[in-house]
Amino acid sequence: MASRNIIEKIWESHIVPLPIAAQGHPHLFAIDFMLLHEVTSAQAFAMLRERGLKIFDRSALLATLDHSIPTRKNRLEIYDEAARNQVATLRENCKAFEVPLFDFGSGNQGIVHVIGPELGITQPGLTIVCGDSHTSTHGAFGALAFGVGTSEVGHVLASGCILQKEPKSMLVKFEGRLPKGVYAKDAIMKLIATIGIGGATGHIIEYAGEAVSAMSMEERMTVCNMSIECGARAGLIAPDEITFEYIKGRTCAPSGTRWDRAVEHWRSLRSDEGATYDEIVTINLSALRPMVTWGTNPGQAVELGEAVPGINGAGPADRQGIEKALQYVGLEEGSFIEGTPVEWAFIGSCTNGRIEDLRIAASILKNRKVSSSVTMYVVPGSEAVREQAIQEGLDKVFESAGAQFRMPGCSMCLGMNDDLVPEGKRCISSSNRNFVGRQGPGSITHLASPATVAASAIEGRIASPLKFI
Amino acid sequence: MQKFTKLRSQVTPIARRDVDTDMIIPAQYLTSISREGYGQNLFRRLRDQEKEFPLNLERYKGSSVLVCDANFGCGSSREHAVWALLGAGFRALIGKSFADIFSANSAKNGLLLIQLPEAVVDSLLLQAANTGAEVEIDLEREEVLLPGGEHQKFSYDPFRKHCLLNGLDDLDYILSHREAVERFKAERRERLFFTPPAAVTSAGKEGV
Repeated sequence: MASRNIIEKIWESHIVPLPIAAQGHPHLFAIDFMLLHEVTSAQAFAMLRERGLKIFDRSALLATLDHSIPTRKNRLEIYDEAARNQVATLRENCKAFEVPLFDFGSGNQGIVHVIGPELGITQPGLTIVCGDSHTSTHGAFGALAFGVGTSEVGHVLASGCILQKEPKSMLVKFEGRLPKGVYAKDAIMKLIATIGIGGATGHIIEYAGEAVSAMSMEERMTVCNMSIECGARAGLIAPDEITFEYIKGRTCAPSGTRWDRAVEHWRSLRSDEGATYDEIVTINLSALRPMVTWGTNPGQAVELGEAVPGINGAGPADRQGIEKALQYVGLEEGSFIEGTPVEWAFIGSCTNGRIEDLRIAASILKNRKVSSSVTMYVVPGSEAVREQAIQEGLDKVFESAGAQFRMPGCSMCLGMNDDLVPEGKRCISSSNRNFVGRQGPGSITHLASPATVAASAIEGRIASPLKFI
Repeated sequence: MQKFTKLRSQVTPIARRDVDTDMIIPAQYLTSISREGYGQNLFRRLRDQEKEFPLNLERYKGSSVLVCDANFGCGSSREHAVWALLGAGFRALIGKSFADIFSANSAKNGLLLIQLPEAVVDSLLLQAANTGAEVEIDLEREEVLLPGGEHQKFSYDPFRKHCLLNGLDDLDYILSHREAVERFKAERRERLFFTPPAAVTSAGKEGV
């Protein structure tokens, strides 16, 4: 058999064979697992009711609350009426259709892309979807995972399948080793800045190379998480010993002889020697500096020490975008972003809300104070992450530094719950999107790694983490 | 799903690249549990901030075709972006390129996305902004009649075309293959090694 890459292997093993009559139609693509949350599921359950359909397989489902919920301590009361209704609707739907729901206080509530992996459900070779574009996070385990719209959430509920067109493949080789103070977040931001926010449209990315092999699972999740920010349908990393070690012993992981069979299968998923790709991108990370976005999309980013691009040097197609972005964020072309004052700092989200992210932030904030001009939120990605952080005493570190250590949820990443950056205020954020008004109407976002966020919170201006580590 | 066959309409130009779904429908308007009511908040922030934003201008009122630049619909997977466009009366988009999830969502709701060569889109954007422009879209023939009287061909996925012309949705098609799916899923079980969460939590737990 010809050499195949991991994308082709997983893809081909999920195509439902159909009679000849169906040739020429899109593929019927089997989904192994789906995560649900309150914002993109209500209309899908309503569709089931309207058409009198049942759930195809409830063992392939898991729901939780994350997007529109508050993250204050007394979070059970939701003040916003529409959000309250959304949460109540998810609870009713899960009850009526017998879908397992990890609700507040279950010990496992959290951001969909944080709880799947920590429960051990996210495993190599699976196809996983969710009504959320950052579903690619699960690709860190060698799963083929991607975001779908609400109609497709309904299709999976009713049939366990969706229709899919063949993807193209892209190999991203991260060569070299990340220098001190530079993290997985900086690596993926560098890729997006290099190929642009539409650079991988239509493709599924396999990330490989020395830097990736050396990464922890948390770091790999950060990389895969932002695949959508360069337009990719999904991003994944071949499973290895680090992957197996992470999964082993978790609540939904196999054990005994099933574990051995699983690992044997998972090993077979790795790209074959000589496998080919539609595109290959190579980036050497050994001289990379911390990245920060300057504009209004994730591709508009520079390394600390690089100047914000000029308008005149840009091609005519880019000029208008750069001009509008600079105007919105209030920066001058050719200026240096380091030293720009910030009023808010956010650590959290499906990109950087895991325990390792909190540890890095805490290591910088320990025995230091958040600048008096900065409001800082630290929002753990799940109840389990929060519990772990408390056990390690990280909550005390954050609180004595003057940051707020909050309850789990998507929080300040997306501006659809109580956690908003006020109009005209600037936030250094460990999240994934710096679109206009993403963190609240009129807010300004600079994306960065948790280390850069922590360093900037201390200084009250965008700062390199290097001097704190 | 609403059928799409032919459509004649004035076009509304959105002359910017990388229009993301946060722009199309900001997150604060997503807290509804129905598919209705998003049209009034289509491009809400841009409409509030820019007086001259095309959707604010009287001369584009009633238009059902939007002309856009490259990478339209990038970002979040929210299908609400498509519902908002449909809710505001748009039936078709003509552009240089579209983001993946947005394309999939459009196809499932009967919103026709037409990709045309850059030069054609640029000229249409310009005409629409200056003098106004009217087009006629014929899905059966895969043709757009441009304001200058030129017939511009486009290509559209044959399966999607069949669905749109007849108002069929994916789920009918998927469910017609239920037996094949069940057979496949039973074999696939061999390769699944996770314990279903349904087995480790009580279903529909109502909070604490």
